[in-house]
Amino acid sequence: MTGQISKYIKSFTLWELLKGMSLTGRYFMSSSITIQYPEEKTPQSNRFRGLHALRRYANGEERCIACKLCEAVCPALAITIDSDQREDGTRRTTRYDIDLFKCIFCGFCEEACPVDSIVETRIFEYHFENRGEQIMTKDKLLAIGDKYETQIAADRAADSAFR
Amino acid sequence: MSDDTINLTVDGKSLTAKRGQMLIEVTDAAGIDVPRFCYHKKLSVAANCRMCLVEVEKAPKPLPACATPVMPDMVVRTASKIARDAQKGTMEFLLINHPLDCPICDQGGECELQDVAMGYGNGASQYTEGKRVVFDKYIGPLIATEMTRCIHCTRCVRFGEEIAGIRELGATGRGENVRIGTYIEKSVVSEVSGNVIDICPVGALTARPSRYTARSWELQQQPSVSPHDSVGSNVFVHMDGSTINRVIPRENESINEVWIADRDRFSYQGLNNQDRLQSPMVRVDGELQPCDWPTALSTAAKLLRAEGQDSSDLGVLVSPSITVEELYLTQKLARALGTNNVDHRLGQLDFSAQDSAPVMPWLGMQLNDLETLDAALLIGSNIRKDQPIAALRLRKSALKGGAISFINPRQFPLHFEASVSIATRYDNMVSELYCVARAAGADVGSMADAPQLDPNDQHQSIADSLQNGERAAVMLGNICVQHPAYAQLQYLANAVANATGATLGMLPERSNTAGAWLAGAVPHRAAGGNALSGSAAAGKNALQMLDEPMKAYLLVGCEIEFDAARPAYASKALDSADGVVAISAYMSEGLSRCADVVLPAATFTETFGTYVNATGAWQSAKGTTSPPGDARPAWKVFRVLAQELELDGFGFDSPEAVTKELQSHCGSVTLSNLATFDNVPAFYAPSSETLLRAGETPIYATDPIVRRSQPLQKSMDGKQAFAIMSQTQAATLSVADGDQVSVQQNGSAVSLPAKVDNSIPDGCVWVPTGLPETQALGELFGTIKVSKV
Repeated sequence: MTGQISKYIKSFTLWELLKGMSLTGRYFMSSSITIQYPEEKTPQSNRFRGLHALRRYANGEERCIACKLCEAVCPALAITIDSDQREDGTRRTTRYDIDLFKCIFCGFCEEACPVDSIVETRIFEYHFENRGEQIMTKDKLLAIGDKYETQIAADRAADSAFR
Repeated sequence: MSDDTINLTVDGKSLTAKRGQMLIEVTDAAGIDVPRFCYHKKLSVAANCRMCLVEVEKAPKPLPACATPVMPDMVVRTASKIARDAQKGTMEFLLINHPLDCPICDQGGECELQDVAMGYGNGASQYTEGKRVVFDKYIGPLIATEMTRCIHCTRCVRFGEEIAGIRELGATGRGENVRIGTYIEKSVVSEVSGNVIDICPVGALTARPSRYTARSWELQQQPSVSPHDSVGSNVFVHMDGSTINRVIPRENESINEVWIADRDRFSYQGLNNQDRLQSPMVRVDGELQPCDWPTALSTAAKLLRAEGQDSSDLGVLVSPSITVEELYLTQKLARALGTNNVDHRLGQLDFSAQDSAPVMPWLGMQLNDLETLDAALLIGSNIRKDQPIAALRLRKSALKGGAISFINPRQFPLHFEASVSIATRYDNMVSELYCVARAAGADVGSMADAPQLDPNDQHQSIADSLQNGERAAVMLGNICVQHPAYAQLQYLANAVANATGATLGMLPERSNTAGAWLAGAVPHRAAGGNALSGSAAAGKNALQMLDEPMKAYLLVGCEIEFDAARPAYASKALDSADGVVAISAYMSEGLSRCADVVLPAATFTETFGTYVNATGAWQSAKGTTSPPGDARPAWKVFRVLAQELELDGFGFDSPEAVTKELQSHCGSVTLSNLATFDNVPAFYAPSSETLLRAGETPIYATDPIVRRSQPLQKSMDGKQAFAIMSQTQAATLSVADGDQVSVQQNGSAVSLPAKVDNSIPDGCVWVPTGLPETQALGELFGTIKVSKV
């Protein structure tokens, strides 16, 4: 009985409306959090898992030794590797493909890599125009690595204390 | 309970064991896991890795399970704190000098050290000092070394000493300075060297041809049977997707134990050679051109039954290295076309005893019986290279004191001490065997034209050993089959076996020589060794077919320029034929010159097939990969070819149906090598020529797959194109080692480097067959002229 009376009075005094409007008013007064993408961007963690890259050592030698641990650990079977002996006798990949349509960006490849070769960068803005472009080949991956090495190295250094 | 059975307790389980057994054998049989590196069930106990330490009650310290004999009422704990601490300690010491290069190591994923480290090791190492580095050694094109990874278990050293019989690898130095390597810088030449790859518990010795190409977890395993010798070694084929990555042994105690020959292991490298036929080919305007199957089949059918061509104008030659189903279908097609001219004995010169030949040549015993022979006489056999795994068995009997003797055209290097080894010019082999027969008291007087020959001490000693041995055998090897006096050798071997009570055995030449006889791929017998249907006369044998050119030929799986007894004549015969149809997996120089139609066939690992080995065992293997391009399994090719020729009885819907039909013909086959000779062959008189050719088909020239395997060809045994002669012979011809000489036979000449080797008897020059360099020459045993270029 008391509940029904209180409900009746609340509807009379527009209580619910005022309560809602006060919330709207509070946000109306506060500063905006909308980002004007692409001119503005949100901050990223150094652990961000975006597009992949293959890294090189400082002397220009590719790090990857074709151990195929990333291929083995990949839960989406996105990585395909062929390996052979290079002329100088070292073990190298002859093919390193990542299918970005299959990849789920879990970062296991990076975790598995014994030489910090395959990494996930902060890049997340990319597109494909033709079928087949989603396959990241060894050359493409190395090129990304070369281009963003400073950032990649800085991110690994920042995270090293937690590994 | 008998006296030699005892009880003991391991980890609370009561077990029974035989007195004298080692503890590790008992725990292995009971399924109790004890870690180990140096222990291997086929090798002697070294007890140097200390990984199998276990706690034994009343023993002051942990004991190595591999070197501790079981005792009555022994109480053993393999997982107690004492045992685990000992194992952990050993593991830590082993890992001190082991590099952390598992990611690039081919053994990674199937490494005993990795597994044991995971199961029994500590999580972390306390070692911070520098690691030891050992430089690699080049030990040939088959085995890759990474000696820093070696943990000195000495399995490879013991394998060389105890199994292969060649002390090639050894350990030098002490303590941390131990190095495993070849004593002298040279490559390993054993024909079973590849087995060290399997027994190496770490990645120190790995397969060079497949180096760095795949990880163990990517490979799929399929059982198969090796098609390279009459042992029929059981193997596992490992595939990376659709390509074969490696071949490893499949344990079969009655056939190959745990070993395989290098030929079985590395032949797969020849499978995807550039010579592999991808599509059918037909000769258009003098050139072989790729075409589709219907065109090729109808052209083939027209050539096989050309107008104005009698069925007896067709010759069918088939390789004894293909499956028994293919051999059966080949002879069935030939006979359906109305001819008995079908033969697999491509390298044979003397067919005069073919009617008294047994249903199929076989060993006369099981392979493991070779280990317990008291005496054996091998005639014309380089068993070590021809049947390497059978030779390992024979070696065991020699080590136990068995008297193994040889009558050979060359002093072949052996891996055991022969009791008597007679190396004579090939034309004297009959005389030598005749003397042995005389010494054994055999009745050989009925041989016409036999001269008065008296046995000497060597002959007497061979005959005595055969007579006195409880288990004795007389065996005919590959060289006998190619010998111009095969009938005489067979007759005399028979006589010796009869007189001494020894078993007469044959070492079949190729993987399916026995199967080819059973399948009826011979001109005088039908499948199952049965008589030809009706009163048909025997067809022409392989030699006749090639010596007297015929109008049309069907070649199945063979490369005539390498396989034929007289390669030079064979090439001429094929060149002059009106129609040559080949069913083959590979294009060869000979085919490209003479074939009119080439039908691409599947090979070993690509189709279901059965191989009948030396003991008469039928071993089937499934197809594991698909044939390249348009190539098809040969049984399908025969089915459509028969359809094209309007022949009935080829409508098999699976290769197993072919096997079944063949088996129905072989139901009543009883195996025996002892023959009754209706016509005793006349004595084979030694030649009066001062210089003769002798030779053999070298180990890596036996079949088309092996000939194309690059790693095998690059190995020491693969380089055989020499004119080899003794020091005296070289002096007579005024030739020095390394000189280029011209070798002339049957009007053609080839140029070969000379090599001086005193294992060759005087009066002959050793020129092997089956090689591109010698294909222009004639028969393996015959007259020859050699002169310095």
